[in-house]
Amino acid sequence: MTIVNFTPGSGLAGGLFIGVSAALLLSLNGRLAGISGILGSAMSGLNRDTLWRWLFLAGLLLGATVEFWVAPGVRTFNSASSWPTLLLAGLLVGYGTRLGNGCTSGHGICGLARLSARSTVAVVTFMLSGAVTTFIVRHIVGGGA
Amino acid sequence: MRNLVSLIAGTLFGFGLALAQMTNPTKIINFLDVTGTWDPSLAFVMGGALLVSLVSFRFILRRPRPAFEQRFHLPTRRDIDSRLVVGAVLFGIGWGLGGFCPGPGIAALASGHWQPAVFMVGLVGGVLAFQRQEQAPA
Repeated sequence: MTIVNFTPGSGLAGGLFIGVSAALLLSLNGRLAGISGILGSAMSGLNRDTLWRWLFLAGLLLGATVEFWVAPGVRTFNSASSWPTLLLAGLLVGYGTRLGNGCTSGHGICGLARLSARSTVAVVTFMLSGAVTTFIVRHIVGGGA
Repeated sequence: MRNLVSLIAGTLFGFGLALAQMTNPTKIINFLDVTGTWDPSLAFVMGGALLVSLVSFRFILRRPRPAFEQRFHLPTRRDIDSRLVVGAVLFGIGWGLGGFCPGPGIAALASGHWQPAVFMVGLVGGVLAFQRQEQAPA
């Protein structure tokens, strides 16, 4: 095991922004900042009930755009995945997050903050699942993502 | 007011994701590649977020209601069932395959690369498939 591209400073800073976002959404709107849930519900349509969700998602895009514009040097991007792999990845993430009722933000940041046993199980499970998948792809199949 | 709050919260979230480079799928896959080329950064991102959320949620949830809504909208399920576990397993596989999850997938669209777009197409398909399955008679 070798450590690569470790960015604790910007990681921590970015995390603080995310935490503040979740705190704002909960304290002001009473909602959890779980992206899979927000997106899933938003997909039911655009109406008075879903408008806040679409605005949140638009904000996601806007915030990232601003950051990329403000700090272009940090805008690294690397993906070795083929398009069929990405499509499959998306399908699994889309289906799995609905079935499991959450993702890294819903269960990871909000669920753990609420000391939820369900979220703890979910986080441990998807972390393990992700790690095993990566191990298989990179070290058994080889030459993968 | 809640709409403005949502937009601002979303913007902060997206900014944070990009700042932390969570929009770079290789950083995620390297985090999951514990035995190979390991990038612990994601732990610091989660740590930073939890630092704020763990502390703030305790105080926030003590209040009778949020500022701009009648009540808190919180999940009510407490049981650990097969749907939770299977869902998390499937999500983890997809996460490991692509290096994206919903938030970063959307935020990474701003990078101009094609990969997040293909991922999001798949994600929408997965959500639709789930919704269709839920509606079908047992």
